[in-house]
Amino acid sequence: MAEDTIIDVRDVHKTFVSETKRTLWNRLTGRHHVEKRVEVLKGVDLVVHRGETIAILGSSGSGKSTLLRCINKLETIEAGRIYVNGHLIGYEERDGELIAEKASITAQKRTDIGFVFQHFNLFLNKTALGNVMAPLRDVKKLSAAEARSVAVPNLEMVGLADKMENYPSKLSGGQKQRVAIARALAMEPSVMLFDEPTSALDPELVGEVLAVIKKIAQQGTTMVIVTHEMQFARDIADRIVVMDQGVIVEEGPPSRIFTAPQHPKTRALLSRSGILPA
Amino acid sequence: MDFINNTFAVFPALLVAVPVVVQLALGAMLLALVLGLLIALARISSFSVLRGVATFYLEVIRGTPLLVQLVYIFFVLPSIGVEIEPVPAGILGLGLNYAAYLSEVFRSAILSVEHGQTEAALSLGYTPTKTLWKVVIPQSFVVSMGPIGNYFIAMIKDTALTSVIAVTEILKTANILNSQTFQTTAIYTAAAILYLIISLPLSRIVVVLERKARANG
Repeated sequence: MAEDTIIDVRDVHKTFVSETKRTLWNRLTGRHHVEKRVEVLKGVDLVVHRGETIAILGSSGSGKSTLLRCINKLETIEAGRIYVNGHLIGYEERDGELIAEKASITAQKRTDIGFVFQHFNLFLNKTALGNVMAPLRDVKKLSAAEARSVAVPNLEMVGLADKMENYPSKLSGGQKQRVAIARALAMEPSVMLFDEPTSALDPELVGEVLAVIKKIAQQGTTMVIVTHEMQFARDIADRIVVMDQGVIVEEGPPSRIFTAPQHPKTRALLSRSGILPA
Repeated sequence: MDFINNTFAVFPALLVAVPVVVQLALGAMLLALVLGLLIALARISSFSVLRGVATFYLEVIRGTPLLVQLVYIFFVLPSIGVEIEPVPAGILGLGLNYAAYLSEVFRSAILSVEHGQTEAALSLGYTPTKTLWKVVIPQSFVVSMGPIGNYFIAMIKDTALTSVIAVTEILKTANILNSQTFQTTAIYTAAAILYLIISLPLSRIVVVLERKARANG
């Protein structure tokens, strides 16, 4: 593994299994044991280097969010390996087999991976400041004063110095997402993962969140962003990764992907977004 | 006017019983909160034995009258050598009973906390146990405030049942007064008013708590 490799995803496979609901009708018709299997990741390889900004594009159902969620073990995987900073995530390897590791060890590894959700997921019973301070106190075991001295500059960085005492119910979507970003950043992770950070926002609030993400990218933070914002991806990403039906179909610098895409799925995606002529 | 004057006159004699009611209600509520939370956690745990025990407890408590439970603790337990004074027996009976009902409040409140809150905590490096105690349970308490308050008021009224196990709370005190003075109307009217004086302000507080919980939700 190269010195500057932060994320190393190797041949990852992931299947969602859903069982038919045990309703009376399904039982009468003998359908209660039917299970649906959907393979969402069919062997994905991805290497992210220190300081890189990667944007993952793809239509819905392409597996891009699932891949991101696997990287910090919010989803289990069936096969393959995911390393972050050299640590195998979520599993121990014994004689080539993956064995689930202790939850406390996974938790320890997750402190090194920042994650920003589409729906913000701020702690509803805490203020903006309380949200950023909570993991510093509960996970990093900092004192209240220390946690505060880390949290405040992070909230200032995302432009919310005047909203620190507000509860999430008194913040706009864009403000909530910026608090969520500050909360993840305050843990000083090696990498930040963004899962469609602007998809749940009103159009007029998208800009303020993208501006913050861009600012973080310019500070040299390693990040992976799953997004539908094509122009934004082109603007800030060092490398674009295009996914379709559980595999990476194409990757490369935005200058090439956006002007001379090789794969038909990439072309279809770009023309649907109006970047390439149809 | 005699009736009103008589009602006022018996009030001081009944007020003596208020500290007993407070003692019963606070003691039993504390027991019910702690035990109720434990039962709720057992009911959602992944250990089937724990789930089974908790569900069995719930069914037994909910399927038998509180009055019978109190009588059982006070009159039946001594036959196997467990003698409990009236007030502790009352606290135990009320507490064990309300724990079952509060566990259902906690359980549904815990399950109502959005999965996104759990995922956020996990992604920040909280262990599953820490996520439960630091993120999920504090939020479920906010949701539970209103129902807990309502059960507390109900419990204060149910303290009257402990009169049958020799606790000199308001009703028992009224019974004693009645057997001495035979001012039946005045005594029981005063007792009813006393319960109202205690429960009305409390139900106002519950309304405020519920409104606050909704505002931050």
